[in-house]
Amino acid sequence: MTHLVDEGRFVDMPEGTSAPAILVEGLRKSFGPVHALRGVDFTVPSGTVLGLLGPNGAGKTTVVRILTTLLEPDGGRAVIEGHDVVHAPAAVRRNIGLAGQATAIQPELTGRENLEIVGRLHHLSWPQSRQRAVDLLERFDIADAADRPAKTYSGGMQRRLDLAASLIGHPAVLFLDEPTTGLDPRSRLGMWDVIRELVSGGTTLLLTTQYLDEADELADQIVVIDHGLVIAAGSAEQLKDRVGGDLVEFTVPDRTRLADALAAVSGLSEGDPHVDQDAGRVTISVGVGGSEALVDAVRRLDGAGVATVGMSLRRPSLDDVFLALTGHGAEDESRGRGGRRRGRRRRGAERRADTT
Amino acid sequence: MSTAGLIAPEPRIGQRIRWAIGDSITLTRRSLLVWLRVPAFIVFTVVQPVMFVLLFRYVFGGAIHVGIPGGYVDYLMPGIIGQTAAFASIGTAIALAQELQRGVIDRFRSMPMTRSAVLAGRLTADAARMLVTILVILGVGYLVGFRFRNGAVPAVGMVLLSVTFGLTVCCVSAFIGLAIKDEESVQAFGLIWLFPLTFVSSAFVPIASMPGWLQTFANNQPVTLVINAMRALALGGPISPYLWKSLVWLAGILVVFGPLAVRAYKRAS
Repeated sequence: MTHLVDEGRFVDMPEGTSAPAILVEGLRKSFGPVHALRGVDFTVPSGTVLGLLGPNGAGKTTVVRILTTLLEPDGGRAVIEGHDVVHAPAAVRRNIGLAGQATAIQPELTGRENLEIVGRLHHLSWPQSRQRAVDLLERFDIADAADRPAKTYSGGMQRRLDLAASLIGHPAVLFLDEPTTGLDPRSRLGMWDVIRELVSGGTTLLLTTQYLDEADELADQIVVIDHGLVIAAGSAEQLKDRVGGDLVEFTVPDRTRLADALAAVSGLSEGDPHVDQDAGRVTISVGVGGSEALVDAVRRLDGAGVATVGMSLRRPSLDDVFLALTGHGAEDESRGRGGRRRGRRRRGAERRADTT
Repeated sequence: MSTAGLIAPEPRIGQRIRWAIGDSITLTRRSLLVWLRVPAFIVFTVVQPVMFVLLFRYVFGGAIHVGIPGGYVDYLMPGIIGQTAAFASIGTAIALAQELQRGVIDRFRSMPMTRSAVLAGRLTADAARMLVTILVILGVGYLVGFRFRNGAVPAVGMVLLSVTFGLTVCCVSAFIGLAIKDEESVQAFGLIWLFPLTFVSSAFVPIASMPGWLQTFANNQPVTLVINAMRALALGGPISPYLWKSLVWLAGILVVFGPLAVRAYKRAS
């Protein structure tokens, strides 16, 4: 694919480096008074997977809609495979595939018909469309159900069919918008396998998700956005390191003893402990303390006479990262679009106080 | 469009036109396949109009005196066909609102297909659907006594006029569907405006039987003009005054609502 064709060309690319598959610079978009994107930057090298993470209303969908030419940005630029999304949308569309929530599937038509129609819309001939449909049905394990209406498919099969439809034009860059939202755990794992196989074939992938484990599992790089800004970027491990070491976690069944428990372990914690008042769960960051810190915590709580359950030592998950970065959980929808920026380390107790 | 697009390996204009036609045909085929698979759609587009023919013919027919040689059934058929063509437009509005809501249209737009083919394919499929319905109604009409009394060519003309009329209403309906966007609201409001237009017209009863103030409206609104032209084509009598006025009305509606529908489609998301 030539990169010399439009205004989005990479004049300043150093010799010998290949252009990124996706380049996003200072992207801005407002809907009336709502600033959906307030200057988003990131790049996705060719053949890698970027996980775009954020709560509902963070701006993930707006980014995807701009990159797939469905929406024009107010400012900044976005370039896909060397083509600017505003100046050369037709060229962008020839290079991308979009899938996710099975919206390209017409439920009354069979899997085969659905794929053949998409093939025709990619301007393949009839025989080519038929062959491509057969190949993809086979590859995504839908061949047995090829001639049944898609509405009879399971959720997982529908997503696979949708993904197959997005691959008909051999896209260099694929956008998956929340590909496993609403799927049962088994179908989710199946979908992950399919996505991994796809990526191993060299496709560049941008994946949006609310599930941190999904990004952890599939993405080479993660970009976290909240309130229309990139608040963190890096590999899953890099992001986890930002939380700082291991976590000791336990639950105090008797809520009236929570304060005693906190007092008992306060010396162990680096930074403020995180308390989930509703669940009675306490999480303390113990740095490199490891199992000694765990034993220490047990001893101190025992000494204070506080009964606990589910005492554990673990590495931070991306959920912890998210909480640390945004002050609210990844799937906390009530936090949607509230133009305010929150303190980085605003933790549970306060969070609860300001929701009520 | 910047000049950059011209330097890029964009397909030539001839190729683009072929693709636009091909994409429209593909989407027409898709709509028709869906229609054939959903029993409710068949009931709505075939069974319901046939029921209208039978109800009007046998229930109201005896009470309505129209003073033409073939009796009420001859009077009724062009009216029923016109009403059916107009009502078929609800399908356009619902389908577009549904595809918009479900994100189908967004998906199509992210593909390298011709964007206008979504509207073109939808309208072509609706015209085909309408034609099938009209032929079924004519078949039933023949069974209950209707006859074309003005020769074959005007008869074909009547069918063509009714489809043209129906397609014009579909454009209005496409605009409504794309503007409202919500399938349930479209179900509720997509048809309601057509009731006064089709019933306060010459479709089912002679306008002379209406109160004076209503006659002024009924005599001058497009549905009456179109149905009078259809009736003249089917049964004989002066055609051109009604036909010209009808075509001017239809052209006017298209000039207003065609661009509105296209604009709503471009903006819709």
